[in-house]
Amino acid sequence: MTEEPLPAWSLSTEGIERIALPEAWPGEVTREWAWGGATGAGVRVCILDSGVETTHPLVGEVQQSVAISIEGDEVGVEEHDTAGDLCGHGTACAGIVRALAPESELASVRVLGAGFTGSGQVLLEGLRWAVEQGYDVINMSLSTTKQKFASLLHQLADSAYFRRTMLVASAHNMPVESYPWRFSSVISVGSHDRPDPFSYFYNPTPPVEFFARGVDVEVAWTGGGRLVCTGNSFATPHIAGIAALMLSKHRELTPFQLKSLLYLTASNVGGGA
Amino acid sequence: MSDDLRSAVAAGVLGAETNYRELLQSIVAVARAIFRAKASSIFLLDEESDELVFEAVAGEGSESLVGRRFPSSTGIAGFVLVSRQPLVIEDVLEDPRFSRETAESTGFVPKGLMAVPLLHEELALGVLEVLDRPSEARFTLEEMDLLGLFAGQAAIALDLLQRARRAQATLDDRGELAVLARVAQKLEQRRDEAGAALALLSALERVLE
Repeated sequence: MTEEPLPAWSLSTEGIERIALPEAWPGEVTREWAWGGATGAGVRVCILDSGVETTHPLVGEVQQSVAISIEGDEVGVEEHDTAGDLCGHGTACAGIVRALAPESELASVRVLGAGFTGSGQVLLEGLRWAVEQGYDVINMSLSTTKQKFASLLHQLADSAYFRRTMLVASAHNMPVESYPWRFSSVISVGSHDRPDPFSYFYNPTPPVEFFARGVDVEVAWTGGGRLVCTGNSFATPHIAGIAALMLSKHRELTPFQLKSLLYLTASNVGGGA
Repeated sequence: MSDDLRSAVAAGVLGAETNYRELLQSIVAVARAIFRAKASSIFLLDEESDELVFEAVAGEGSESLVGRRFPSSTGIAGFVLVSRQPLVIEDVLEDPRFSRETAESTGFVPKGLMAVPLLHEELALGVLEVLDRPSEARFTLEEMDLLGLFAGQAAIALDLLQRARRAQATLDDRGELAVLARVAQKLEQRRDEAGAALALLSALERVLE
């Protein structure tokens, strides 16, 4: 767009023309409208996690593998990380996104492996790097309980939201404050125990906003293996995968619209139970 | 620290570490029984060395594992600690790397495990693991909640254990006052016969004023 951006705080009559949406929102939003026929093609999904095993058959091609580290005050970004997955978890998340959105572009940003000390800082810098890259969706099955990172993570989450990067984060099922999943600019995800990967529910009593499949999930793991796992961190890539489908069909969606679309197509709203 | 406070701390600290270790042991024993699992362990994060340490073990490996260490941010326990996310692996469908690594560290190959971070206020103190529930019982969200409750209890016990160790270290660092701690412990143990000793100590206190 060559026009000057609209002022952030007002809208003139002349400006109304300029914010016309590229695609009409249908009278009734259905799953068919939301992602029918979509494959995730053209959508860049970042797995911010323990790394991804790029040779795993359930993961397929990984466009980029990056590792974040901290040396003193210096942030290290290894843009050709060959360490793979240090746990298995990132590979599991990548495999779930691949299963739901088979033609999406996957990238791995590894924020695990540099030791526990400083891991909060690595998480923060990893997220900062991922937001700067402008991924469409960032899957984040991690959180920190450190209060000192909360405001910086909040700024990053808001920054992602305004730059059209949807941050999808695992909710915590324990009575502690952790971040960034509690922020309203991210999509927070908990688990339901149904077997359908496309079954997801809107929660009218946040902070957890959506529940997706997170119990008895068959996932990819390191060493070319497969496991059956349970946890909110496996529910999260289900929503990330569905978001990738929606974005591949409707490229113009902002995070606000994407969240609205997830709401309207949730199994307990308009998507059928 | 004032002498009064130091004496009080000495009386409180002596024996406390043993008690909190017993509490941790009791938590893993109950967790193992409730989940009908083969083993259960609590790992403490040693921040100085950036390692996880087996602090309490029930069931398989309980003889040899306590005190053993491994890096804090790799493997399942490391992921759970760093990500603050509980993780349940119910079934190993194809031999992945994790089972071999776990086998090396614990002496047996689990088919499944549950791991939950031990969080106290904003700190991650360690990890609770339960290994090999009966394979016929599928995991439920209620069990996830139960695991979270155990984790809450274990986190409090770990926090107390660490406080006791820190207090003990503080006392140990001041060698000349360690005698106070030992006297306080003996008085605590022989409360019935402590009258004369307490009178003597009160006299000593007046002399020192």
